[in-house]
Amino acid sequence: MRTVTIVGASLSGLYAARELRAQGYDGRLVIVGDEPHAPYDRPPLSKDFLTGRADETHLALTDAEETAQLGAEWILGVRARALDARGPTVLLDDGRALSTDGVVIATGASARRLPGDTLDGVHTLRTLDDARALREELTPGPRRVVVIGGGFIGAETASSCSSLGHSVTVVEAAPLPLVPQLGAEMAAVCAALHRRAGVELVTGTGVAGLRGTARVTGVDLTDGRSLPADVVIVGIGAVPNTAWLVGSALALRDGVVCDDGCVTSLPQVVAVGDVAGVGGHRAEHWTSATQQPRVAVTNLLAGRTAETALAVPYFWSDQYGARIQFAGRRRDGDAVRLAEGELSDGAPAEGGFLARYERDGRTTAVLAVDRPRPFMRARRELARGAEEGQTQSVP
Amino acid sequence: MIPVCRLEDLPKGESFRVETTPPVAVFHTDDGDLYAIDDTCTHQDASLSEGWLEGCLVECPLHAASFDLRTGEPTCLPARRPVRTHRVTVDDGFIHLHLVAEEGTAA
Repeated sequence: MRTVTIVGASLSGLYAARELRAQGYDGRLVIVGDEPHAPYDRPPLSKDFLTGRADETHLALTDAEETAQLGAEWILGVRARALDARGPTVLLDDGRALSTDGVVIATGASARRLPGDTLDGVHTLRTLDDARALREELTPGPRRVVVIGGGFIGAETASSCSSLGHSVTVVEAAPLPLVPQLGAEMAAVCAALHRRAGVELVTGTGVAGLRGTARVTGVDLTDGRSLPADVVIVGIGAVPNTAWLVGSALALRDGVVCDDGCVTSLPQVVAVGDVAGVGGHRAEHWTSATQQPRVAVTNLLAGRTAETALAVPYFWSDQYGARIQFAGRRRDGDAVRLAEGELSDGAPAEGGFLARYERDGRTTAVLAVDRPRPFMRARRELARGAEEGQTQSVP
Repeated sequence: MIPVCRLEDLPKGESFRVETTPPVAVFHTDDGDLYAIDDTCTHQDASLSEGWLEGCLVECPLHAASFDLRTGEPTCLPARRPVRTHRVTVDDGFIHLHLVAEEGTAA
């Protein structure tokens, strides 16, 4: 393999570049990114960056020394338009055609939009530019903020806005936020964090529309209510960036369809991060984006699926001063047991807790609030269990 | 010199967070050695005293960055900057911490 092109210059794209060099690939390496920025870390955008505790230098994922060592050609601020499987060739928006031997798809996901969200004062929070724009709007003084969507981005953003002194309402269409991730019981516990911080959580109602002509003035709900708003943040999930791959011969279904080793239907094309559906699971987790590249690159260089990506899913969220950590694959019907700590008034008590999701006497997942140490132990147990349950190498 | 705790109160494999500014984590390894490093991971805000101790390495509980307790150097991503290391002594069964800055002024 003489040329490898990585499409996507964020977390998983950068990790793929590191892996290629770490695994001995010394050929030409091209990294294409649609944003003009060098790779940066997204999780702080909704937290320390928004509150002003961290500035842009804290977000950098790499530095000049490492960039020099990688020896890659960076094409930033240019979007990939198509992938031609013959060659293969990556076609760029500026008309360039990059002929390559291997491709790593790391194009991530984009914030899902709401109809009419082009009004001033309406924001999504996914990119550095999004975060800069929102931060600017939040600095002049107390605002009425409506956050649409009570998932992790919504909750973290609401928490940051609240800590900045804004009056915040979160609107969630489901009866409770985070039920698919945490199950109803624990979702209720995490929802209590909003209320405890003085943030109003409106659930079970959708958004009928946004009010305002040039600038947003309010949010109309499907239950007939209308919430006045100076700033609206839309946090209703993300969609994988696969539009450029339509017609490429790659199988697409909620992301790029890959086998357990991140290999697509073309052996010289692998996919990692938010855009990759690995073995039927597409995770939008930071940790997956850092773990998949090792296996993906091994398989790309081998020209076949020599290894699989077995990691136990893990995510965390910092909101309202609480650190939530979750690992594993829970299923509906799993019993939830409070293994450590306790609740007070339906919310995590002082000192947090560790909950285990159990099925047939085995732990399927663990959730902790402010219990990092026991959580880490439990997460390692889960990982060991997963390794024992499956074979890691494909003969 | 900052008193930490009695040696018997910090069993092997355990760690102790000293609330200095910035906080420091003191580790007692399975081999019986004592080490002290800055407690906050250089990647993002997480307490290394709550991390996973294995030999002379501690893994951050949030993103699995790993640091060598002997040198403070990160051994893997996502951390790229080292943590400071501090000297630890045991006098009459009591653990004491000597912050690097303090040593500098003493010398």
